[in-house]
Parts: sequence; C-alpha cells; structure tokens
Amino acid sequence: MTEEEIKRVLIKLLKRIAPDTEPEGLKPEDNIRQVLGIDSFDYLQFIVGCDEEFHIQTPEEDYGKIASFKELIPYVSIRMKK
Amino acid sequence: MIEFRMPSLGADMESGFLREWRVKPGDPIKRGDIIAEVETQKGIIEIEVFDEGTIGELLIKIDEKVPVGALMAYIIANGTSPEPSKPKLIDEKKETEQGRTRDRIPAPRIPIHTVKASPLAKRIALEKGIDITKLKGSGPNGAITRQDVEKASTGEGEMTAEKAKPAASAASIRLAVAAAMSKSNREIPHYYLSTKIDMSRALGWLTDANKQRSVKDRLLPVVLLLKAVAKALVTVPDLNAWWQDGLQRKTEIHIGFVVALRTGGIIVPAIHDAANKTLDDLMKSLTDIIPRARALRLRSSELADSTITVTNLGEEGVETVFGVIYPPQVALVGFGGIQEQPWAEKGMLDVRPVLTATLAADHRATDGSTGTQFLTALKNFLQNPEQL
Repeated sequence: MTEEEIKRVLIKLLKRIAPDTEPEGLKPEDNIRQVLGIDSFDYLQFIVGCDEEFHIQTPEEDYGKIASFKELIPYVSIRMKK
Repeated sequence: MIEFRMPSLGADMESGFLREWRVKPGDPIKRGDIIAEVETQKGIIEIEVFDEGTIGELLIKIDEKVPVGALMAYIIANGTSPEPSKPKLIDEKKETEQGRTRDRIPAPRIPIHTVKASPLAKRIALEKGIDITKLKGSGPNGAITRQDVEKASTGEGEMTAEKAKPAASAASIRLAVAAAMSKSNREIPHYYLSTKIDMSRALGWLTDANKQRSVKDRLLPVVLLLKAVAKALVTVPDLNAWWQDGLQRKTEIHIGFVVALRTGGIIVPAIHDAANKTLDDLMKSLTDIIPRARALRLRSSELADSTITVTNLGEEGVETVFGVIYPPQVALVGFGGIQEQPWAEKGMLDVRPVLTATLAADHRATDGSTGTQFLTALKNFLQNPEQL
C-alpha cells in the first residue's frame, strides 16, 4: 500500500467515526484529534479501525506518537511490512 | 388491560410526535421491546414497554403529537381476556391505526450515519428502501431532509409533510438543554465540593490491564471513573436519588453520561445499573451508547432513567467542573483533566497525575457532610483501583 493509499483509508475511517468533520482538509502536521475535535472514545474507535483495515496491532503506549498524518502514515506503513 | 402511556423522556421534554408504530394489535410483546418511535427535540426516541402481553389497541395516529403521560395503547396482560374490562376512554383518540401500522422493521444495517441527513430522513429512506447516499439535500449545508426523501420515493404521497415537525437539530437540542438547565438553576439550590485525586495507581493499573487486552477491548480511564462513582453511591445512597416532593432514593444506579455533540449541545443517556457492571461491561455500554447518542437514536429508558449525572470534561483541558444538576436528580459529578501536578505526601514532594473531581449537589436533598462522604469514597476507590 502506498502512503497515498494509506491516507485515503485513514480519511475514510475518520469520516466514518466523525461524519460531520472534514479530514480531507487536514495538513500533514495537524494534530488530528485537536483539529477535528475527536475525543478519546472516538480516537479509540479510530485506532480499532486502523488495526482492522491495515491488520496491524497498535500498542497503547504508541498512541502519543501518531497524532498527525505525518507521524501516522509512516507508522502504519512500517507496521504493515512487519 | 394495561394502559400504556407515553413515558417521561427527561425533565426537559413534554411531548413528541409519533412517527411509527413498530407493533400492531395482536403482536406479543415482552419487557424491553420497542413498540414505537417518537420524534422529539433530542432525535427519534425508541419507546420501550415494560410489560408482558399482547398489543390490544393502538390509540395514537402517525404524526400526532403525544404529550408525556398520554394514553398510547392498551396491552392485554398475559393470561387475561381483553373483553370484560373494556376501559373507559376519557378524551384520548379512539381510532386505531389499522391501515397504517406496519410490520416490524429490521434495525438498519447499512452505515448511513456517514450521510448528512436528519434522523427522520434516514429512517424514512430505510423504510422505503431508498439509497440516501444518492440523494441531493435541500436542507442547511446540503443536509437531506424528510421532504427530499419523500420526493425521491415517487409519489407514495399520503405522508403529510406539511404537518411534520422538523427533525432534531442543533437548535432544538439547544432548546432542550436550555429548558432543563433553566429549571435546574431556578429550582435547585446547588452546593459544590471538590477534591484532588492522585491517579498514579489507577493509571498504572489501567495500563497493565490494557496490555492484556486486544485493541478492541481496551478500557478508557473514564470507565474507572464511572465505576468508582457507582461504588461510592452504594456507600452514600442519598446522592443516587430524585427530588420529587421530597427525597426519593433510587435502588438501581443509572448514570447519565454527558455526551457532547460536535454540532453543539449535549445528550445525556443513562448507563443502566452501573454498580453491577464490570469495567468491561461499562466499556461495552459506552461503545454502544455514545454512537447512538451522537446519531440521536436513543431509547426512552435511556433518556428518562438517570439517577445521577457524570460529566467528564478533562479532554478539553479544564481542571475543575462546576456542574448544573439535571432535574429531578440531586447530584452531578464532574471530572476535569488528569494533569501532572506537584503532590505533597508524607513530608515528601513528588509529581503525580492529578484529577480534580467535583460534586454539585442539591442542598434541599443533602448537606455538605453527605457530599464529603461521597467524594472521600470516590477518592478511595480511585486510589485502590483493584477494588473497582
């Protein structure tokens, strides 16, 4: 999966969890939770969605490392190759 | 015959509009079944029954206004005959809705919540088998309205669009919140107490517990807070009560959990019987109830049953919450964010993750000493998370 494809899936997941937000407008450095106003409950659903879509396991201690697309996309990409 | 009346949907709602009967005369029903859908300021509410038996007569027409307490239907209790005790009708409508009652509709399976549309429009689209994602909306910001769906349904035409009230919107929810909070501020003499809680043991316990769970089953800190509130209420039951002509203690603990809507406003569904739920059960309840609250698809008991409210504003970055009680309840527990703070203990200074818990309570119902007992119990549970 290319980084562009990963981004498309992430946007789809965010749309599903927070239908009234516009994740397409996120800049690479934007803090996803802050900009979209996503709470910890929705964020957990987002991580669950990522794990299912990409068949990866995201440990809880990594939550803080994947706040923006700039961090999250390479994170997913590397984990998928493992 | 049992008289089934429109249940209360919380202090801020006096009526709704019947949008659908999910049963017809002769259908067997049991406790917890959903028999109707009523549209309110807070979305479309599924009306549950708490009796066993058979539907006798349906007394309200589709799109008719239903005040709280209005007679909606007769239910024939199991083992009784409908004939001998034909009840007297006072001024309620007699006509049954023979022609328009519909068969039970299966729960929606397609994820239409991603479409910008009113809850009512979505429901009608589902009923009529219309793909709502293909429609063009004429509502605010292109939202799909009931009218759009009806136009698309090729002139079935007998629905009365002009009689319909608009579906719940940010504005109607705002009004519902305004009504409840004004009543609270007018009638309830609040008192406030707060305490700081060292959360290091609770968070450590949670991290360990989550390591053994798959992502899907992980717990959020808020479930520890909910469970601690429930357990503290068991020890201080006067705060788990309603104020209606005096203090009425409630035996079961139903925690109203404040869910903020992204479009503004709040919805406060009840997490039933929280004291007897495990942490995993509470997490499951949240996973079920939060998306339904945001989609404005709650059940009548979830809007009416809460015996206390919990609001968790920690994620917004605040430290202390001074809450407004949701009448007729007598207490609200507020949680701020867990923040690192200097912490003095046994003559030593350390840095700890600290949570500020507040209690807003009704001074007609309880006094500061009761509130203090509650916060002390809450603190003890959160500092000994293995007891939760």
